[in-house]
Amino acid sequence: MSIYVKIIKSFGNFVLNTEFEAGNEILALLGSSGSGKSMTLKCIAGIVKPDKGRIVVDGVTLFDSDKKINLSPQERHVGLLFQNYALFPNMTVEQNLYTVLKNCNGQKNTKERLGLLLESFYLTGLEKHYPGQLSGGQQQRVALARIMASDPKIIMLDEPLSALDSYLRWQVEKELTEILGKYKGSTLYVSHNRDEVYRLCKKVCVINKGHSEKVSSVDEFFNSPSTLASALLSGCKNYSRAEKLSSDTVYAVDWKVNLKCNTFVPDDAKYIGVRAHKILPVHMDGDCQNKVICNVLETSHDLFSVIITLAPLDSDPKKEFSQIRMELPSIEDNFVLPGDIMAVNIPTDMIMPLRK
Amino acid sequence: MDWFPLYNSLRVALISTFITFFLGIFAAHYIAKTPRLIKGVLDGVLTLPLVLPPTVIGFFLLKIIGPLGPVGSRVLEVFGFKLTMTWYSAVFATTIISFPLIYRTARGAFESFDSTLLYSGQTLGLSNTFLFWRVVMPNCKQGILAGAVLSFARALGEFGATTMVSGYIPGRTAIISTTVYQLWREGNDALAYKWVFINLIISFIVLVTVNMLENSYKQPVGAAKDHFEHED
Repeated sequence: MSIYVKIIKSFGNFVLNTEFEAGNEILALLGSSGSGKSMTLKCIAGIVKPDKGRIVVDGVTLFDSDKKINLSPQERHVGLLFQNYALFPNMTVEQNLYTVLKNCNGQKNTKERLGLLLESFYLTGLEKHYPGQLSGGQQQRVALARIMASDPKIIMLDEPLSALDSYLRWQVEKELTEILGKYKGSTLYVSHNRDEVYRLCKKVCVINKGHSEKVSSVDEFFNSPSTLASALLSGCKNYSRAEKLSSDTVYAVDWKVNLKCNTFVPDDAKYIGVRAHKILPVHMDGDCQNKVICNVLETSHDLFSVIITLAPLDSDPKKEFSQIRMELPSIEDNFVLPGDIMAVNIPTDMIMPLRK
Repeated sequence: MDWFPLYNSLRVALISTFITFFLGIFAAHYIAKTPRLIKGVLDGVLTLPLVLPPTVIGFFLLKIIGPLGPVGSRVLEVFGFKLTMTWYSAVFATTIISFPLIYRTARGAFESFDSTLLYSGQTLGLSNTFLFWRVVMPNCKQGILAGAVLSFARALGEFGATTMVSGYIPGRTAIISTTVYQLWREGNDALAYKWVFINLIISFIVLVTVNMLENSYKQPVGAAKDHFEHED
């Protein structure tokens, strides 16, 4: 089972240009809202027709602008879970599933398969309920069961957890993990939430303003994102424009310091990024590499951590990237205060060189 | 009391509602999908009868289906009967005049229909015909029915165009509205009051029905469960 997608579609000023491939795995399409993730799924499902490109699932061409192939959504056998689950409100749970089952495999074993689906999606007892009477999590299970009833070649989930209350989300996510674990084909998982992606997916394709980046593994994406956009999506908080000085030194333009760098710095690196919890306070007189003297602008306490906002001494704190955010586990109260000066260490192996 | 005007009014209104029901849904369904410019033009043309004076509609109708009009003269020649001054002439007039009411309410219902239901059905392999009858229509039902009832009420109350194309012939083309007019001209207030009263009752029932339909239409899906349970 596999999927290959390469599509171009423009709407006014916005151009969607995505290309990716996935095998028997869960591929996350990660991007901020409005980046074209949902549109990509709609193109694959046949709801929206791309201007150009090719979509192939399991060797079957669903869309090819050169060969003038454009299968109808019904012919594509692609399961799409909508954000609002899109259950038919005028039908009971049972009718929602039955309609699809009957349509897909004619008359044979429909009753049996219905029972099996209800059971494996924990819907027993809810058969006669209408979607409006179900909780968000239950609705999602019905929607997933209905998709499975149609024997899809791949399944696509459009922000499946975003419509749920936060206390429900954890429970539903566990169920979703189990269901997706049993599914043998390719899965596309659209999300803007990096934690969800980290827990549920194996691979990530970042979509930034309509453009897809290279597919990378989840570990690679979180440990060494290669572009500014993917670093932002992976949750990295600190950035500076950067100039490469030598193979192991960069000049951080916004922080106005030279930094030693253990990681490989590509020639086209334009930024560096450092995660907030990797920055450490050091003694003012201490001798260490990458020591940066900063003004403390602000401190704030979370439940389990302290967030300290810093500005390197020579930098202009009003500029976009010049502030540094440091997160420490909650330790002794107020060991620094706004207005203080402190020294921090940016570990050489924690600097992530980023392309634009 | 001669009950013919009531019978004739109901007959004309029911037939024209039956016709506009299908025409209106058909037009609304297809026009909801057309590009904006074409939609604007077609929408204007189809809604025109709502704002034109009924006498203008009557005038056009007479010019077309009258004994000298292109359609009227041909029918007279080939089939040997007239299209004007008969009870069914009123059906032509009321159909045109009440059409915009069902068309516009049906279109509103189709446009507010959550299209992801349709899309999800398509990706699940269900045919467009199935989805239209089993998903789109049931979920737009209240809106469309409210439109049909309104259109029925309008057909029942039609006077201007109807009197022009079917006139007032007691026992043949008389309807409630033309009867009231005739009775007033004759100074027969006692009888006129009776018909006015009958008309008031019918109109009131119709409006209450529309209200009830629209209220259940606006309810969220969950709250409307009683309604759904009646279906099985």
